[in-house]
Amino acid sequence: MTVSPALDRRFRDAAVTLDLVDVGFDVVDSPIGPLLVAASGQGLAAISFRSDPDTQLDRLAQIAGPRVLRSAKAVAPARRELDEYFHGGRQGFDLSLDLRGLPPFTVSVLRELARVPYGETTTYGALAAQVGHPRAARAVGSVMNRNRIPIVLPCHRVVGSTGDLTGYAGGLDVKQALLELEGAR
Amino acid sequence: MRMMQAVAIPPFERFYEEHRTDVLRLLRKRLGAERAEDAFQETFLRALRAYGRLDHAEHLRAWVLTIAHNVALDTLRRTRSTEELVETPSTDHRPAYAELADLTDGLGPKERAAVVLRYGYDLSYEQIASVLGSSPDAARQATSTGVRRIRRRIAS
Repeated sequence: MTVSPALDRRFRDAAVTLDLVDVGFDVVDSPIGPLLVAASGQGLAAISFRSDPDTQLDRLAQIAGPRVLRSAKAVAPARRELDEYFHGGRQGFDLSLDLRGLPPFTVSVLRELARVPYGETTTYGALAAQVGHPRAARAVGSVMNRNRIPIVLPCHRVVGSTGDLTGYAGGLDVKQALLELEGAR
Repeated sequence: MRMMQAVAIPPFERFYEEHRTDVLRLLRKRLGAERAEDAFQETFLRALRAYGRLDHAEHLRAWVLTIAHNVALDTLRRTRSTEELVETPSTDHRPAYAELADLTDGLGPKERAAVVLRYGYDLSYEQIASVLGSSPDAARQATSTGVRRIRRRIAS
């Protein structure tokens, strides 16, 4: 006996509508591969290039609480804006973000990162200087490395001082593809 | 004293995937396919309401099946005569509520559920409260009232 997709969907939708979920997630197709997108009541909480939910459930529970549930409804606004970004020329995101639990330095770097315009690039050093720690390029690099909301928080726009792409959680080819999509390369 | 560390509560998605089939099976047996659907949703919504307050992850299967059992009773109470409230015997091993049936038969539904969950499944008052839809204090109260009644009956 299996739970029909319709019944399953009905429960998941009801759970989100009644606000009983700490964080909802779903897998969203994109030109750079499937993305696991997660949103809490506070906003977008995570985007992961590792889209197999089983690898992400515990991490999502740590971010937002144990009531983690797959739900298309929970991530509908994020899915729409991502679709527009990939296919409709959207240049910025209007989604609120859930940055709970992140250290203050990380949050200040991510806020500054969010201001790097579409289609432009900056460097780790420049970002470090902008948050008042000009010698913290390496620390900024590690914040980029652990950025839990890539694409929307555009760490793909941060490159090495010589213009090298240096690194990216989704792989350098994905970083290159995002910069090309934005006309930066 | 408890020697083992409390088991961490799994993300709800994992819990739901693990138990949804058993829950639906129990509800279909009690209510038929059609009414089981509403009861299925209600069962997991009740579980979700309590899930963030659980203090350990032991007996989660017994916990959710007990919620399902209570939702089925509520559904039957609402829709049919009390004749149908008779429990259908389980086909596999006897669940704890059946083991304790002789002792708990004379109790009201709330006290009976509380006693079975506390002593049959070793659930915390917090977990019992979420099954009964009451506070932990009320769950403790129902359990001790139930035990008192059983003692009195055995003594007499």
